[in-house]
Amino acid sequence: MKAAPFEYLLADSIDGVIAELANSGDNAMIIAGGQSLVPMMAMRLARPALLIDVNNIQDLQGIDDGADGIRIKACTRQSEALASPIIKKRQPLLAKALPYVGHAQTRNRGTVGGSIALGDPAAEIPLVATALDARVTLQKKDGTREVPIDSFYDGPMMTTRAADECLSAIHIPQWQEEGRLGTGFQEVSQRHGDFAIVSAAAQILIGKDGVCRRAAVALGGASGFPLRIAATEAVLTGNPVDKKVVAAAADAVDNAIDPQNDLHASANYRRRVAKVLVERVIKEAALGAEEESP
Amino acid sequence: MTPRKITLTVNGKTRSSSAEPRLTLLDFLREHLSLTGTHVGCEHGICGACTVNYDSVPMRACLIYAVQANGHEVETVEGLCNADGTPGPVQEAFQEAHGLQCGYCTPGILISVTALLRATQNPSDKEIKEGIGGNICRCTGYAQIIDAVHLAAKTLKGTSA
Repeated sequence: MKAAPFEYLLADSIDGVIAELANSGDNAMIIAGGQSLVPMMAMRLARPALLIDVNNIQDLQGIDDGADGIRIKACTRQSEALASPIIKKRQPLLAKALPYVGHAQTRNRGTVGGSIALGDPAAEIPLVATALDARVTLQKKDGTREVPIDSFYDGPMMTTRAADECLSAIHIPQWQEEGRLGTGFQEVSQRHGDFAIVSAAAQILIGKDGVCRRAAVALGGASGFPLRIAATEAVLTGNPVDKKVVAAAADAVDNAIDPQNDLHASANYRRRVAKVLVERVIKEAALGAEEESP
Repeated sequence: MTPRKITLTVNGKTRSSSAEPRLTLLDFLREHLSLTGTHVGCEHGICGACTVNYDSVPMRACLIYAVQANGHEVETVEGLCNADGTPGPVQEAFQEAHGLQCGYCTPGILISVTALLRATQNPSDKEIKEGIGGNICRCTGYAQIIDAVHLAAKTLKGTSA
């Protein structure tokens, strides 16, 4: 027994959760998979007075396929997302990143929404959400709001979610343009399954003429939260993805990031790895687009 | 803070006891139910020594509070032996192929391997590495563990045929 004492509530509905959050505010925390929260509580980095368990709420589980994208309810297990044919077909970049999230034993319990809500700067799911312009649904007693992912994160493990809000789902929009889609995901970590030191994700769309119509490139571990690399995307968009363009796209990374020193790696190392990984994910995505039957 | 009555199924039997919400499932199994086969390792989800099958899939017992397990189904290493108490086929294979040295990580690895072999009858080396990726062993270097899993797969196939 290592955590500080707390009261426990097994919620049976989202309404129940937000009513309780409205009452308890800062003193309460939501527990979903608990794969990060329980260790934090064991180390007493987190000491909620009340733990609200959302694992029994059916409305928080499942993946919906819509014309404009997919909607992953917050308490969907990472293992379920990994096995999902909807994600594989509709959001291949996420499907590519999910095997890197922890291990089978933690994915069986850990949730997609939990990873988004925690906002670890090195985590894979927030990185993909950032690359794909995901929107986060936050519910509280007075109403529901949808927040674009780029205004959801504002620092390492820090989000703009208010203490009385429950993250209930994430929506990942579908790219509607015509063309062949390719995705790339790469990371450097000490061991497979560890948090990444640096990770990179790319999704590109190539038109019939071989020109890149749309590009999304994002980096994890290179700043306080996952970062879109607009300069790199600008180099790619409107150009054929050839050797010269890829090199220029990777060069654009340098000015866009602000990596920090920490106990895992130096800022300089992160900077060098970031550039290499961006080059690799772009190549991987371009190759994937080439192979996709039109 | 107030102790809660917790009733769950462990290795097919209904068990119940009262515990504070902050007690982990791991400590509950060991201290309240005297099932000390599940080992305490890092207690923060890194090492995998405490792995149990929870509603049929392997998870870390140190990252679930006992109160959350109320009404759920848990399988521990004690549940892997034969009805007469002799080692089950996976345990037998680990003994045969020297899949353990000090044995501290073994209960967790046996659970992960059992779950893997239920899902995948004939796992490749890659699938085995993926299946035990969440379990750290500091003795064996994993080579004999992988041999043991292959051996267990072979025995299980023989018995089910």
